[in-house]
Amino acid sequence: MQITINGQQYSVDVAPDTPLLWFIRDTLGLTGTKYGCGIAQCGACTVHLNGAPIRSCVTPVAAAQGAQVTTIEGLAQDGQLHPVQQAWLDLQVPQCGYCQSGQILSAVALLETNPNPSDEDINTAMSGNICRCGMYSRIRAAIKQASGVQVFDPAVEVANG
Amino acid sequence: MGKWTRRGFITAGVIGGGALVVGVALRPGNRNDKVRPYVEGPDEVLVNTWLKIDSANRVTVIVPHSEMGQGAQTVLAQMLADELDAKWDDVSILEAPAEDEYANYALGYGYLFGGMQVPEILVGTLTGLTLQAGKAMHMQITGGSMSIRTTGEYGMRIAGAAAREMLLEAASEAWDVPVEQLRTDQGQIFKSDGSIAAPYSDFAAAAGEKTPPYSPKLKEVSQYRLMGKNIPRRDLPAKVDGSAIFGIDVSVPGMKVATIKAAPVFGAVIDSFDSSSALTLAGVERVVALDDAVAVVADSYWNAKKGLDAVDIRWAQHENSSIDQAAIFEQFESAIDGALASGDVEPEINVGDANAALAQASSILDVTYRAPYLAHACMEPMNATASMVGDTCEIWVGSQNPLGAKHAVAEALGIPAENIIIHNYLMGGGFGRRSFYDTIVQAAKISRQAGSPIKLVWSREEDMQHDFYRPAFSSRFQAQIDSKGQPVAWRNLFVNKGEPHEAPHIPYAIPNVWIGSVEKPMPIPTGPWRSVDHSQHAFFTESMIDELAHAAKQDPLQFRRALLQDKPRHLAIINRLEELSNWQQVLPEGHGRGIAIHECFGSIVGQVAEVSVRDGKLHVHRVACVADPGFAMSPDGYRAQMESGILYGMSAALSGNIEIQGGAVKQSNFHDYPSVRMATSPIIEVDIFNSGAPTGGAGEPGTPPIAPAITNAIYAAVGVRVRELPVAKQGFNVA
Repeated sequence: MQITINGQQYSVDVAPDTPLLWFIRDTLGLTGTKYGCGIAQCGACTVHLNGAPIRSCVTPVAAAQGAQVTTIEGLAQDGQLHPVQQAWLDLQVPQCGYCQSGQILSAVALLETNPNPSDEDINTAMSGNICRCGMYSRIRAAIKQASGVQVFDPAVEVANG
Repeated sequence: MGKWTRRGFITAGVIGGGALVVGVALRPGNRNDKVRPYVEGPDEVLVNTWLKIDSANRVTVIVPHSEMGQGAQTVLAQMLADELDAKWDDVSILEAPAEDEYANYALGYGYLFGGMQVPEILVGTLTGLTLQAGKAMHMQITGGSMSIRTTGEYGMRIAGAAAREMLLEAASEAWDVPVEQLRTDQGQIFKSDGSIAAPYSDFAAAAGEKTPPYSPKLKEVSQYRLMGKNIPRRDLPAKVDGSAIFGIDVSVPGMKVATIKAAPVFGAVIDSFDSSSALTLAGVERVVALDDAVAVVADSYWNAKKGLDAVDIRWAQHENSSIDQAAIFEQFESAIDGALASGDVEPEINVGDANAALAQASSILDVTYRAPYLAHACMEPMNATASMVGDTCEIWVGSQNPLGAKHAVAEALGIPAENIIIHNYLMGGGFGRRSFYDTIVQAAKISRQAGSPIKLVWSREEDMQHDFYRPAFSSRFQAQIDSKGQPVAWRNLFVNKGEPHEAPHIPYAIPNVWIGSVEKPMPIPTGPWRSVDHSQHAFFTESMIDELAHAAKQDPLQFRRALLQDKPRHLAIINRLEELSNWQQVLPEGHGRGIAIHECFGSIVGQVAEVSVRDGKLHVHRVACVADPGFAMSPDGYRAQMESGILYGMSAALSGNIEIQGGAVKQSNFHDYPSVRMATSPIIEVDIFNSGAPTGGAGEPGTPPIAPAITNAIYAAVGVRVRELPVAKQGFNVA
């Protein structure tokens, strides 16, 4: 089985029912994706599967066969932060930071399909991600700051952002 | 808390390469006997914190506090750099090693001082301040909202100011120019007329030979360049690109992954277990039995978890299995009844004669409040990595108290403390939970049995069911208002007395006040939870004062204001809060505002919550928060702590409920221990009011007022008085 993570192909030699989360963390050593609950309740493990945000803690690695997976490590391009990451820094969003990989990936997925989300859109897209430090107001503000930019070309994004 | 003085010993030295090292030593005293042998030098000097200036003029600030989200490391460096007149871009931050042994170890690896020797006076005293702070609070080292107001004020600023004076003295001699004609700016020393300038590093070696000033002059507020400014946190870039390493992310050569299940009933131990099925599973290497827990060691977390699920464990019967939550509250309340009947309680506060006043009153308000057990539910489940070889142990963990962890491991494993090395990492939340060492001790024991390095990762279920919970309390109030609506007497008796003792105190001018407690211990593990006992007591007292306001048919804000006339800081907050919350503006039917104000950890915080209740569905729309920290060293950081404290307290107030059922915790994950989420989070407005009072804490004071602000708002909206948390338990839909 082959799986593509952040543009790189990997052979999968773990049991096919292994959650993608543990393949990413324990096998590949990409630790930016976090374990929080194991039952798709908190969103800390959010990654993109073909651009859509999924909870990797309940997604078997087999479901990612042939798909494109993006983790937090794959967002910055050529050393340039993704505009969502930059907005997170500009507004000093993280506290402990543990949930933020998942928050950022949920936000990026939202903006890719909806470049100008309303508060209601943000509520819907982001309510699967818990932040125990309670930085929701900053997350909301950062999404708004990053909105309205083209999110596929980092160079353009930085110029516009 | 012990009295602190700014007149600590200032120590200095030179390390290889001409670098200057400055530390501040506080007078010893009030030591924990247990740790004394490990931290005290023969001269009984503790060096609390220090800075290093190297030959490239880079300043390294060594901060003795760990990072769990509060952002204190950047602010502490900010404080030192300001007094030093350093150039912020040339300042780097290093977390202090937890142990003198660790410092030596780190030296060996070129980590701490690039392989250089540390002056002898510093060795062995590396964690002096953290020790002082922890002991002063009788609790964890990074906690008690202590970092800025103690380490910062009494350590960092003094070290920075002392170093600056020593550098000036050295420059004065080198240039033969009186000190009065020199000035400092951005890491440079200038002659006032601008004719000479040189970096600090040119004088670092000579400065290190100087006798440190006994009491260096600190800046006035008007001279601050970095203090009071919003400076981006140094830990954040790694937290947005996935490169930040938390304890759970640690990987060491040869490491296996373990997960664990402890006896669900507190106090129970293993009766027997069958590991034969588990051992047939792929990746499972070993099943390890501790007295009260079974762990499975495997090649990955997932395989360890599957293995653990396959172990058939029988737990021994334990008397605690008869304990249920309802009975706990009943026992609390019968203890209170008994104490009231016997009158045999030593009061904590006794002003006037509340008992006599109440005895004469024609009618009194007599109500009982309850607060449940609460889990910390840090986003990062508990974990620790340990490598035990012979009688040495190396540990990688995110801990609020690495020093305590070392001694706990030494005691539990029967090895000398100096054989233990602790590497401290970022914490994915702490809130008090990571001041305990249970997971660390387990990891060390499992590594010893497994004979290899072990990363122990708790499942969320284990994390939820084996916490050290915020204690459940019952609190009874008997109060009386006179015919003019003035409160005359306030009697408050609660279980159990905890920390800090002033948590149930009230600021209001009531002539007869009696506050006391009765002990009714339960075999449920408890510990500090963000703001410690302030969160329960603020809910009780700020609800009760609200009840009195309504009983007196007065506006709850005006009622409080009338009783706070001799408390100028409180008054200023109330007045500002009235404005910020639009208190006077009439709200639609089903909406209400509630106010609460509480002082703790040196800060006073007032909040107004605005809620609506429609068909039983509660929504918290906005929270106005006015805080007086004396002086906010990092206004945005302080604001962030208020936002965070409010949301943490709001999750608890609305739905946080750990219930004991058959001696075990009923809840297990975020589905039955919910948090506020984006859709349920209110708009928060924070106003910081720098009164000039001594610097107060940030991490905790935002939490206590939110529960009563919300429940008081519910009363204002629909006339329902919530006397037992969480709100969801009273039939409100809070999702």
